This record gives sequence, structure tokens and C-alpha cells, in this order.
Amino acid sequence: MLDFLYQPWPWYVAGPIIGLTVPVLLLIGGKMFGVSANLRHACAACNFGNVEFFNYDWKSAGKWNFTFLAGSVLGGFLGGYVFANPEPIALAQSTITDLQALGIQDFNGLVPDDLFTWGSLGTVPGLIVLILGGFLVGFGARYAGGCTSGHAISGLSDLQLASLIAVIGFFIGGLLMTWFIYPIILS
Amino acid sequence: MKFSEYLKYLLIGTAFGFVLIKSEVVSWFRIQEMFRFDAFHMYGIIGVAVIVGIISVQIIKRNNMKDANGNPITIPPKDASQVKRYLIGGSMFGLGWALLGACPGPMFALLGSGLTIMAVPILAALAGTYTYGILKDKLPH
Repeated sequence: MLDFLYQPWPWYVAGPIIGLTVPVLLLIGGKMFGVSANLRHACAACNFGNVEFFNYDWKSAGKWNFTFLAGSVLGGFLGGYVFANPEPIALAQSTITDLQALGIQDFNGLVPDDLFTWGSLGTVPGLIVLILGGFLVGFGARYAGGCTSGHAISGLSDLQLASLIAVIGFFIGGLLMTWFIYPIILS
Repeated sequence: MKFSEYLKYLLIGTAFGFVLIKSEVVSWFRIQEMFRFDAFHMYGIIGVAVIVGIISVQIIKRNNMKDANGNPITIPPKDASQVKRYLIGGSMFGLGWALLGACPGPMFALLGSGLTIMAVPILAALAGTYTYGILKDKLPH
């Protein structure tokens, strides 16, 4: 049983659990699952510039979501630290070959040390990945009105056309980055 | 909100963060693999999650189920006529998702796993969110 906590979980175990997050949050308090709303609530909590978009009662809107988010950090601690999988990820060989060709050397852990250490902030690719990447995630999520959880999981679960369009957008951007822009950044 | 409710949201969030790590969807490598169409893993997770979500939401709606506080469950519809917003905003999000290899949930789960450098993209994401708030009225929606 304990082995199960250390090992990676296959898609058919993880998929249903992630999907069930939607009805569980609806049934507990009528809440719509979406992580990026927390970024907006956090901006609203410290809206120094008095930007109109962030003038709302973030406490009543965001309390439950901040609590959920704190849980996600705790879950990350349990899953990625306490019960961390000691083995490298079983990636497709073709992905490994492609990434090696782009100069990625570290395949241990969940992210490559080539880009995700404090030292990589001193490199151009590291800066682009960590700062521009984060910025685009935050900007794009709010522009599109949601992120992977809000659109791809919650929105599609409710058969919302808007979310389908957003998910198509996610893939347009993701494919452009992976196939055309990333090779330039890492070269 | 009662203390017991906070506890419920904390527990669900914990389960969510745990699954994100165990399924490796927080991994930059898995996102690369997904956008290269090299493995079924990510598509399996998102696909099954959506199917489970659709079935559950249909059950909730058709039975007019109420939440634990006795309030009717309503899901506000999104305005699909704002195609530009979803397509342009979504593409920008996708660029960031592939670049960073993490979307908002995974950013926080990774931080919890001890990857302290994730504090930098989290702050950058807050800056991005704030910038959107400032530019909102000038952007096509």
C-alpha cells in the first residue's frame, strides 16, 4: 500500500480523481473549480494601484479558493517531498532524444535542473522560462477567463463552448512554443 | 464560512496537489511530451477528467441537486461570443504553459514539493494578472 504512495500514478487513476474535483466542490459549497482565480484574488488583496478590475470583495469570493490552494501546496509537499518518487519520469524515448538535442541534460526529478534552479535566473533561457513563462500564464489565464482547471476541466465538464475555444487557444500557443519558439530560446 | 468548511477545502486541495504530483502533470517533461504528441499520458488524464466531470455535472443539473448548505447549484455560463478573448488569451496562456511547463495549479504544487524557484514564476504570474487588469479595457475581447 505504501508503495502506491511513492510510485507515479497512471492516467486512469489520476484522471478520475481530478475530474471528481469538479462535482465535489460544487456539492460542498456550489464552487466552480478554477485555480487561476486565486491570482486575481491575490491581486485584489493588494490592489495598490486601485485598478478597477481588482476592486471587489476578494475575501468573500476567494476564501475557499485560497484554502484549496494552500491544500495544493500541502499536497505537493506530501506527494513531491514526503512520498517523492525516487525514479526519473518514464518519458517517451522520442521526447528524451528531442530534448537532449536541445541541450537538456538533467532528466531526474519533475523538472530539469538546466532551467529550474536559482542559478538559472542568471541565464537567458532560465530568465525567459521562469519570468516570461510565469507572466504569460498569469496574463493569458485572466485574459482567457481561466486556466487549465477553469476551462479544460471545469468549463468542458459543463460543455461550455467558450472553454472549448480557450482550450484550442491553449494548444495553438503550446504547439507554437514547443515546436518553433523553444528551439530558438534553448539554442 | 465555518471551520469545518475550511477543513474540507483544505483536504480537497491537498488531494488535488497530491494527484498533480503523482500523475506527473506538474512536470515540465510531461508537458513537452504532450505538445510533441509523444505519449498518451496527459491526454488520458485530461480526457478522463473531462468525461468524469461531464457525467457528474449532468447528474447534478438533471437532479437539481443542492450543495451542502442547501443552496441550489448554479453554474454561470461563459459568453462564447467573446471569441477573441478566448482565442488570443488562450494562446498566450498556452505559450506560457509550454514555456514554463506548468499551469497555475502545478506551480503551487511544485512549490510545495520543495522547488523553491517556483516562487519566481508565481510572482511573475501575479504580475501578469495585474497587468491584464490594467490593460483590460484596451484589449480585444
